[in-house]
Amino acid sequence: MSDKEKKQKTKLVDAGKVFLEEVSKSNLTVTFLAIISGLILGGLLVAVTTEEVYQAFGVSFWQGIKSAAGAAWTTYQALFYGSVGNPSKIIAAFQSGEAEAIRRAVNPFFESLVVSTPYIFAGLAVALGFRVGLFNIGAEGQLFIGAATSVTAAIYLEGLPAIIHIPVSLLAGFLGGGLWGFIPGWLKAATGGHEVINTIMMNYIAFRLSEYLLRGPLKNPDGFTPVSAPIQESARLLRLFESPIRFHIGFFIALLVAYLVYLFLFKTTWGYTLRTVGSNPKAAKYAGMSIVRSTVIAMFLSGGLAGLAGANEVLGVNYNLALAFTSGYGFDSIALALLGKSHPVGVVLSSILFGFLRNGAIQMQVLAGIPVDIISILQAFILAFIAAPAIIRTVYRLKEPDLDIDAVTLRGWGGN
Amino acid sequence: MEPILELKGITKSFPGVLANDKINLTLNKGEIHALLGENGAGKSTLMNVLYGLYAPDEGEIFVNNEKIQVSSPRDAISQGIGMVHQHFMLVPVFTVTENVMLGDETVRASGLLDRKTPADRIREISDAYNLEVDPNSYVRDLPVGVQQRVEIIKLLYREADILILDEPTAVLTPQEVDDLFKIMRSLVESGKSIIFITHKLREVLTFADRITVIRSGKVVGTTTPEEADQNRLASMMVGRDVSLEVEKKPAQLRDIVFTAKDLVVLDDINNVAVKGISFDVRGGEILGIAGVQGNGQTELVKAITGLSHAASGKITLLGENITRATPRKITEIGSAHIPEDRQKDGLVLTATISDNMVLNTYYLDPFAKGVIIQEDEVLKNAEEIIENFDVRTPSPLIPVGSLSGGNQQKVIVGREFSRPIKFLVASQPTRGLDVGSIEYIHNRLLEKRDDGVAVLLVSTELDEIMELSDRIAVMFAGEIIAIVDAKGATKEQIGLLMAGVKEA
Repeated sequence: MSDKEKKQKTKLVDAGKVFLEEVSKSNLTVTFLAIISGLILGGLLVAVTTEEVYQAFGVSFWQGIKSAAGAAWTTYQALFYGSVGNPSKIIAAFQSGEAEAIRRAVNPFFESLVVSTPYIFAGLAVALGFRVGLFNIGAEGQLFIGAATSVTAAIYLEGLPAIIHIPVSLLAGFLGGGLWGFIPGWLKAATGGHEVINTIMMNYIAFRLSEYLLRGPLKNPDGFTPVSAPIQESARLLRLFESPIRFHIGFFIALLVAYLVYLFLFKTTWGYTLRTVGSNPKAAKYAGMSIVRSTVIAMFLSGGLAGLAGANEVLGVNYNLALAFTSGYGFDSIALALLGKSHPVGVVLSSILFGFLRNGAIQMQVLAGIPVDIISILQAFILAFIAAPAIIRTVYRLKEPDLDIDAVTLRGWGGN
Repeated sequence: MEPILELKGITKSFPGVLANDKINLTLNKGEIHALLGENGAGKSTLMNVLYGLYAPDEGEIFVNNEKIQVSSPRDAISQGIGMVHQHFMLVPVFTVTENVMLGDETVRASGLLDRKTPADRIREISDAYNLEVDPNSYVRDLPVGVQQRVEIIKLLYREADILILDEPTAVLTPQEVDDLFKIMRSLVESGKSIIFITHKLREVLTFADRITVIRSGKVVGTTTPEEADQNRLASMMVGRDVSLEVEKKPAQLRDIVFTAKDLVVLDDINNVAVKGISFDVRGGEILGIAGVQGNGQTELVKAITGLSHAASGKITLLGENITRATPRKITEIGSAHIPEDRQKDGLVLTATISDNMVLNTYYLDPFAKGVIIQEDEVLKNAEEIIENFDVRTPSPLIPVGSLSGGNQQKVIVGREFSRPIKFLVASQPTRGLDVGSIEYIHNRLLEKRDDGVAVLLVSTELDEIMELSDRIAVMFAGEIIAIVDAKGATKEQIGLLMAGVKEA
C-alpha cells in the first residue's frame, strides 16, 4: 500500500462539511420541531430570568408555575403584536374606517416584511455559497460595500428616470458586493487561501472602508455626522402604502431574485456545474468541470446577492448610507441559509421567520420589557436543534431517515 | 469438534427488507469459518446482531452451549466475541498502545495512565502470533495491513476467543492477504475460532475450514473447500448458474487508437511515479495493465484521462495530441473512463441517479438547450440506461449513494458506454463487487472490444487481467517491464514479472 493511499485513509474529515451535511439531511419535521423547541426553551428562559416568578414560587408551587407561564405568555404575545399586529386594534381600526388608523394597526406586519427583505438577499448569498461548498462568512462586508456602491450611483447619477435609475443603482450594489466576494474567491482559486478566513478579513476592510467613505468622500457636505447625502428621488424603491408603512417593492424584487437563483441552480448547466463542484469536487474534475472557475463565479454571485441586500436597504428604507446601518443582517443570513437548507424556497421562508422575530423583538422590549437579545438566544436554540437533529429525533422519538436508504441497499441484486 | 458458538433461528428485519431469515450457524472451536454471500445478502447484519449492534427480532445465541444475551459490543467482548470491522476503528494520531488500551485503560498508583504494562502485553501478543507490530509506532504511519493487525491485537488484548473479520481482504494487497491468512492460521492453531466474511471465492476455497453461504437473508448451505469448487459456490451465492470463465472471441484488430510515448508522470508529492513508458492500444483489443497496487498505475491513468498532466512524453488519441488536454477535451474526442475509486471520482453520491448519468454530457444536446437543462431528456436517458444496464433501483430520482456498490458501478458503466466512444480506460472496474456484477461488467467490456473500441484495462486482480486481456503489460516500479501476448502467458510468468523479476 503506497504512502499516498495511507494518507487518504487517515485524512481528517472536514468538520464544516459534516456540519453542512447534517443540516441538509434534516427533514421538514425536524425543522418545524426545532422551531417549536426553540420557542419552548425561550419561554423557559424568560420565566427563569423574571423576578416575579421567583417571588410567586415563594408563595406556592402552583403560583410559581402560573407566574412562569404568564411571563412566557406576555413575552410571546408582545412578540406577536410586535411582528404581526394586535388583532383587537386591527379590528377596531377597520371598524372605525379611518385610513391612517388602519395603516398604523397593520404596520407591524408590513414592517416585518421590510425587515425580511434584506434577509432574503443575504440568505440567498450564503445559500448559493453553501451549494458550491463555500462558506461565505463575508455577507456582512459584501452588504456594506454593496450599499456604498449603490448609494453612490443613487446620489451622483442625476437626471435619470426611475425606470433606469433604480435598476442601475441595484446593479451597482450587485457589482460592489460581487467584487467583495470575487476577491476571496480569486484568492482561493489562485493561492488556496481559505475563503472563511479571507471573507472575515474582507469584512473588516469593508467596515473600515465604509467608515472612511462616510467621513470623507461620501459624507453629506451639509451635515456633521458621518452620513451620506440623501439619494435622488428617482432611485428610491417605490413604497406601496402611505406613512407609516415603509413596505416597498424591494420585497417583490427579493422574491423574483430568489426565483432566479432557483432557476440558475437547478435548471441550468451553470447551476449543475456549481452544485457538482460543491458536492464532489473530484467527480467534478473527472467530468471536466473547472473547479477554479466555479469557485470564482460562485463567490462573485454570492457577494453580488449580499450586495443587493445592502442596496435594498439604502434604496428602499433609509434613502442614505449611515455607519453600521444594518449591522447583523450578514451574519444572521448564515444562520438562516442553514435553516432554509440552502434552498431558495427555504431561504425565503426562514428569512420571513427571522424578519418577524427581529421586528417583533423590538416591540417585545417596549411592551414586555424583555430584552431584544432573547431573540438571538431563541434563534441560537433553533439552529442548535437543527444542527443536532439527533437531539430532536430523541426528544420526539422520530425514526432515523437513513433506514430507508439501507433498505434499498440491502435488497442487492442478482439474487434470483 | 466442539461447537464454541451457535446461532439459532436469527431473524432480523428492517422496514421493507427481511435481512436475516431464521439463520442457523455453528462455529467449531479452532476453525476458520467463512461466511460467503453477495453484497446485501445479510452477512453484515448477522454479524452485527452477534456483536450486539442490532437486536434480533427472533433467535438465540449460544456460547459454549450456554445461552447468552448480547445487547452491546461490550457484552460481546465480555463473552469473548470480538470483531474487526471493514473500516478500521483506529485513532490515527494515537500510538498502537494507546489505540489498543482505549476504553480499557490501566492506571498507575499515581492516577496517571500506565502505558508500559499494555505495551509489554502487546509485544507479547505480537510475538506469540508473529504479528510484527511495534506498540510505540503511530497508527497513521502504518500500512493498512499492519493497521488491520492492530485491530486484531485489540481483540486478543481483550482475550477474545471468537474473532469476526468483516471483509478483511478488501483493503489488502495480494502479499498482505497471504500474511493475513498465515496469521489467521496461527490464531486458530492456538485455539481461537474465526468467522470471516467475504465474497471472494478463491480466498474461501484456499483458507477456510468450512463455508456457509448466505443468499437474500437465508442460509443456502454449509460446505467445505474439499466438496465445493468456484462454480458451485458462485451459483449458491447468486442463485443461478454463473459462468466464471468469460467467453472471448478472437480479437479483430483495427488501427491504433491510442499511443503513449516516453511518458513520465509525477505523483502528488512530485516523486516520479511513471518512468518513461511507451505503449499503444489498437481498436478491438484489450490491453491489460497488470501490477501490484502502487507501481504507478494510478498516476498513469490520471495522465491519460487528463486529471493530471505528464511531466514529459507524448500522449496521442485518434491522432490528436492530448498530453496537456483537459478531461473534457479528452472525453469529447471519444474517450471513456471508469475511475479506480467510483465513489470519490466517478459519482456524486448525494445527487440523483439521473443527474449522475449525465455527469460529463449535461452541457451537450439533447440534455441542454443553451444553458437550460432539459429535465425530460435527462430522465429519459436515465430510464434507458437503467433498463439497458440492469441497474436495480426503485427510481432514477433517488441519490446514487443509496445503491449497492455493484449498482453504483453499473451507473458509471452505463453512463460511459452509452455514448459513442473509441477508447476506454477501465481502472479496477470490478473492485469490491460481487460475483454477479463482475460477470456482468466483464461481458460488457468484451462487448465494447468486439465493437472495435480500444480498451485499456488496469487491474491488480491477476485473474481479471488474464481472462480479459489480449495483450498484457506488466508495470513494476513505474516501468512497463514487459508486454506479452495473453495467449500462452501463464499466471506464474506474469506473477514473476509483477514482482519485478525479468526473464533472461
